[in-house]
Amino acid sequence: MPSPWGVVGGLVDLTSHGLLVKYVVASLFRVTWGFTLAAILAIPLGLTIGWYRRAEMAFNPLIQFLRPISPLAWIPIAILWFGVGDLSAIFLIFLSCFFPLLLTAINAVRNIPAVYINAGRNFGLSPGALVYRVLYPAVVPQLIVGLRITLGIAWLVVVAAEMIAVNSGLGFLIVDARNAGNRYDLVVAGMVLIGLIGLLLDIGMRSLEKVKSFRWSYSEE
Amino acid sequence: MESTVAITATPTVETKLRAEHISMSFTRDGESMPVLEDINLEVGNGEFLCLLGPSGCGKSTLLSIIAGFLSPTSGEVKIDGEIVRGPDPRRIFVFQERGVFPWLTVEGNIGFGLFKLTRAERDRRIAHYIKMVGLEGFGKSYPSELSGGMKQRLEVARALAVNPDMLFLDEPFGALDSITRLIMRGELLRIWEAERKTIIFVTHDIDEAVQLADRVAVMSARPGRIQEIVNIDIPHPRDINSARYLELRTGIFNQIGLAHHL
Amino acid sequence: MTTLAESRNWEKFFWPIAVAAVLLVLWHYSVVWTATKIFPSPLDVERGLIGLFHKNVLWNDIADSLRRVALGFGAAAILGIPIGLVLGWYPAIDQVVNPTMQLLRPISPIAWIPVAIIFFGVGDKAAVFLIFLAAFFPIVVACVDGVSNVPSVFRRAGRNFGLTAAQLLARVVFPAALPQIIIGLRIALGISWLVVVAAEMIAVDSGLGYLVIDSRNSGKHYDLVVAAMLIIGVIGLLLDSGFRRLEKIKSVRWGFRDAS
Ligand SMILES: Nc1ncnc2c1ncn2[C@@H]1O[C@H](COP(=O)(O)OP(=O)(O)OP(=O)(O)O)[C@@H](O)[C@H]1O
Ligand SMILES: [Mg+2]
Repeated sequence: MPSPWGVVGGLVDLTSHGLLVKYVVASLFRVTWGFTLAAILAIPLGLTIGWYRRAEMAFNPLIQFLRPISPLAWIPIAILWFGVGDLSAIFLIFLSCFFPLLLTAINAVRNIPAVYINAGRNFGLSPGALVYRVLYPAVVPQLIVGLRITLGIAWLVVVAAEMIAVNSGLGFLIVDARNAGNRYDLVVAGMVLIGLIGLLLDIGMRSLEKVKSFRWSYSEE
Repeated sequence: MESTVAITATPTVETKLRAEHISMSFTRDGESMPVLEDINLEVGNGEFLCLLGPSGCGKSTLLSIIAGFLSPTSGEVKIDGEIVRGPDPRRIFVFQERGVFPWLTVEGNIGFGLFKLTRAERDRRIAHYIKMVGLEGFGKSYPSELSGGMKQRLEVARALAVNPDMLFLDEPFGALDSITRLIMRGELLRIWEAERKTIIFVTHDIDEAVQLADRVAVMSARPGRIQEIVNIDIPHPRDINSARYLELRTGIFNQIGLAHHL
Repeated sequence: MTTLAESRNWEKFFWPIAVAAVLLVLWHYSVVWTATKIFPSPLDVERGLIGLFHKNVLWNDIADSLRRVALGFGAAAILGIPIGLVLGWYPAIDQVVNPTMQLLRPISPIAWIPVAIIFFGVGDKAAVFLIFLAAFFPIVVACVDGVSNVPSVFRRAGRNFGLTAAQLLARVVFPAALPQIIIGLRIALGISWLVVVAAEMIAVDSGLGYLVIDSRNSGKHYDLVVAAMLIIGVIGLLLDSGFRRLEKIKSVRWGFRDAS
């Protein structure tokens, strides 16, 4: 195992070769795309499924069944469809975010107290306005918590995906440093970076939870 | 008419609402459970009617049917001669459970139903109703920063702001302390006398019913029926020590079968 | 949400089956229409599954994966729960430890693989260690949150009856926090199941994760890849629903003890 100074030396080494920034950017790029795509698709879909009882009945078993399949088990299929590269990694992150977000959205709708929906209907809102003015604000707090947790999962999966399915990024750095000459100082340097960035992502999402108009549910509990 | 009870509104005013042969049953664990049985009711325009009955007799259910949130198993509700098919902003329901939106400020809640107005007009109305329910200075507060009574007043203000011609209030003052409740009753009467809305008010408090209503519809325990309709022929403001008041109150106590227990 | 009349029982089965059937048909025909040689159709997968069930390897792989999860998750629970309770109980200690935890927590357990391999070599122990890491932090966090969310009225009431600190922890705080702790355990179990598959793809040569990667590497048997994924899904689902049942039993027992 490397000493702390060895790790600092490793970090300096990485920076001077320009690899540090390159790998961090590569990992963040994949997470951003996979996470964003999953959010764009899963949230509206989940809200719709949650709204209609029959749809929830129809899709719930399927979702429960697909969810526990480790996103990494999709690696062979990702490589088959998208080859070794960014697309594969993005696909894996997309998958790992999709199901948690879908479930969060479904549950968020189902947890809206019926009074709010009834009050909204009572004031004669059109269906579109009902979605925008009641459904959406009522689910936002839960969605934000779900997004934060899911971003954590995405960060976990990108590292794993990069160890297998691509040849850049922080996950790749770790396997590569080990395979190409047992540079354990670089391995630990990579881990430290992964931890730091994960922490920053979490802090960023938590600050969203503090936005005043999102905060109503936290302040009541 | 098979029911022995006088269900018609005071003949001098036109009928606003007519509920005919309303029955409702819920299924629970595969069994059908009757909650309301053959309810017939007429409410006159501008009338204040109280629905009074023991807990669980189906008052909220009946009010939800009248407001169009539930459809009855059989029977129909007509308002202004039209069959009720769903909720309508001309008739606002004030919910027994708190219905104010926690994600909107006081102003946002009062303005919730005013989306068709211009901004200036909306702001004017919001200010007017904030003042009317005594929430001045709390316009920018969120419901979590208000007391229970303030939230309840806020919900009444939100309902009044859209200028509905009917108000359905489901035990609106149930969760308030007794002093606030008295004040709120006075406020509601003042608003009702000023704007002459038709009000159906659900309560299980006999005094509240006798103090507020033109007529009190007394419901029996489940399955709920309308047992009797009592005319409260005392002009406002009512003297709660007057002989007539006590007589009517005792009459309703008897009607519910409680007189000998107290 | 929709004001739908009580839906009938048959709908509970009909709709999921209809959705599954539609998806299977779509899957089948997209394989047929694209004339892919590599990607398996549902029928190929079914054949693959049957083949796997006739071989002992499958049962060994399942047993290996489950054993690793049991050991790693078990160790994480045994260590994580007491540590979490103490940290939740003494906010001062929590404040000292918290920054380190916050830094370690977001390190993907997978990123520990090289470290696990130096410490334990390629094999069972490395995988168990990874699962331990993956389950440990969520369990600790759930306990800390569970304890700090116990309403202070409960604590005050307990103290009012003259309980010592240890008694208060055992008789008031732990039972009050239990529901949240159980939810934390269930989430940690789910993560363990995700991680064991990943770990087996990299750090060992047996288990369901290894089955997936090996089926691909040794001759692109994609029918077996998909079959193994389905098995992973079913077992994950069983673990989760088993745990949910546990939640119910616990809460019942809890209720009884309360009443006595
Ligand atoms: N959606 C529902 N499904 C099944 N049963 C219901 C439903 N809603 C109400 N009930 C039942 O109908 C009966 C009447 O309920 P309701 O809420 O109308 O009573 P209530 O007179 O308003 O009582 P309270 O004074 O306590 O508010 C109750 O026994 C209740 O259990
Ligand atoms: Mg009620």
